[in-house]
Amino acid sequence: MERKTGSFASQLFGNLCILWRRCVFAVLSAGPVPNHIAFIMDGNRRYAKKRNMAEGDGHKAGFSALMSMLRYCYELGVKYVTVYAFSIDNFKRQPKEVQFLMDLMQEKIEELLREESIINEYGIRLHFIGNLQLLTGPVRAAMEKAMRVTAHNIQRVLLLCVAYTSRDEIAHAVQGSCKDKLNEVQALKEGKISNGMISIIDEDPNRNGIYMLNQHSCKDNLSASNVFSSNSVLKGAKDGKERDSFFVHTDQEHRSNCQETEIISCNGVIASSEEKRYKQGELSSNLINIEKNMYMAVAPDPDILIRTSGEMRLSNFLLWQTSTCPLYAPAALWPEIGLWNLVWAVLSFQRHHSYLEKKKKQS
Amino acid sequence: MFLHRLPTPVENTLPPNISKAPLTYARSQKHPLFRRQFLPSFHGPRTVLLPSPNVAVVSGSSWRQPEPFPPELRPDLMPKHVAVIMDGNGRWAKMRGSPPWVGHEAGVESLKRLIHLCCSWGIKVLTVFAFSYDNWKRPKVELDFLLRLFERTIDTEIEAFASEGIRISVIGDTSKLPNSLQKMIHNAEERTKQNSTLQLIIAISYSGKYDVVQACKAIAGKIKDGVVEIEDINERLIEQELETNCTKFPNPDLMIRTSGELRVSNFLLWQLAYAELVFDPKLWPDFGKDQFLEALASFQQRQRRFGARH
Repeated sequence: MERKTGSFASQLFGNLCILWRRCVFAVLSAGPVPNHIAFIMDGNRRYAKKRNMAEGDGHKAGFSALMSMLRYCYELGVKYVTVYAFSIDNFKRQPKEVQFLMDLMQEKIEELLREESIINEYGIRLHFIGNLQLLTGPVRAAMEKAMRVTAHNIQRVLLLCVAYTSRDEIAHAVQGSCKDKLNEVQALKEGKISNGMISIIDEDPNRNGIYMLNQHSCKDNLSASNVFSSNSVLKGAKDGKERDSFFVHTDQEHRSNCQETEIISCNGVIASSEEKRYKQGELSSNLINIEKNMYMAVAPDPDILIRTSGEMRLSNFLLWQTSTCPLYAPAALWPEIGLWNLVWAVLSFQRHHSYLEKKKKQS
Repeated sequence: MFLHRLPTPVENTLPPNISKAPLTYARSQKHPLFRRQFLPSFHGPRTVLLPSPNVAVVSGSSWRQPEPFPPELRPDLMPKHVAVIMDGNGRWAKMRGSPPWVGHEAGVESLKRLIHLCCSWGIKVLTVFAFSYDNWKRPKVELDFLLRLFERTIDTEIEAFASEGIRISVIGDTSKLPNSLQKMIHNAEERTKQNSTLQLIIAISYSGKYDVVQACKAIAGKIKDGVVEIEDINERLIEQELETNCTKFPNPDLMIRTSGELRVSNFLLWQLAYAELVFDPKLWPDFGKDQFLEALASFQQRQRRFGARH
């Protein structure tokens, strides 16, 4: 009887907590809610030391904290959550600890794929981000299975950075970008593109150069708003969504109406009067190409980065993606992180939101 | 050091700033502000209209003397490379009802003070974010002033830098700068390239993403020339091609951003991977010796693990 009363009381208390939390989130939702929050889960080992626990228990407590934080984020309306689970630098730790973490990850992945887990409750799609080739076979297989099984979920996304560092990600993206460029050049050489020429015509100083670019070679690489000036005679979307409609003028039209100064290939040199504009366009093109090859290309950039334990550094995490993102470093160790830390971070985000949006539009 | 370069000292008619604002989010766990885990600690924009005493132009003779090393710091724990985002000039000027260029002028004075401190305290590299690639979108009047200010500052300070052993390096897309400024930068770099007391890296028209992109282009060029294979692309190769390859210590140990903004804003993106970040609520023209000392003390207290064990 006492057990039943106790169970009822705790259930009632649990329900009251949920109700209270939903009220808080309803108030928060009056303002802008971040679409993507990233966490550096720092402090598990210090937590274990502080509580005289085994180190492994600190990591287990960290996992419980992760589940709670995911619940809070998804209830609030955050769509993407990224967590720094295991860095490439962490392989430098004691082999025993590394093995423990790998086993823990494998065990928890299997737990997450069960019917009653948070994954199914919230319809979460899992992405494991990082150089997964550095992981052992069983762990990698578990991750690949988890990504496959949850691929159909579209409501929310959880990105777990494992065997990840931002520099490794950028190096991988640069490699991918160079491969793309090489393939492009080879395709050009093989003449697979029918109109492989660009003419840059600069008739008079007051008229901006008109670009005619081959659709097939460049449509994936250029962003209209960055490359072309407002005076250029082009139809097409400003944000590059309708890339096929970039190109209005035919070569014939150019030659009959304008004085040609140079004829170039898609990757060649531009006439000097338009060199700076082309350079900016090329810069944007390379930037887009690199971003396309990032592991994190599956999600938008984070709106907030939270690092627990009070340390204020990035530790090689999402360096590219957090370049304009506010950073918060609550003193709580990761297993101690609670609802109020999240509320505080979101309130600060809301306070700076309009200013940051203005800055993003300017860049 | 800068005796003959300083303007005539102006009497500071405004009372000194008596509020000592704490560093935001940058303290260790021991700071009482961060023990309160459940109460938000907001920092708003500073509404104090009073400048700190540091804003007053110091007397010429004190610049010649190196600053004594502070007893509260440990020489063996000093950062080799400090990076600074000099934020807040515009707001500083606005709070005084002045146009932005007054803030930028005051910012230059603040920078000179910091350079002097770095030279005195054995810091080898100081990188400052003078002008972002994104700043080209600012009003033309302000841009013209800033570019003229750069020219004037280099012109007036180059002799002092050369004699004090300061090496000037400039990183960023300088092709967008006026030819006269480009030439001046080139001359300054050439003139001071043998100096070794302090390397002052000025980031002008710079963005961290731009730096990585230009490194990628350079690597693509090497692949095209057959110098490098695609499979050889790794972190080390990229680091060699970044613009910070002009220094022996390309990665900052400590990054300071003033004005309380808690973000990196596309500055030294790659290089800041393991840097300790300090966000000071002071606006840049008010950032002086005390604030720098506090940032260095905070840096020295931190445990840097680089992903490994304690």
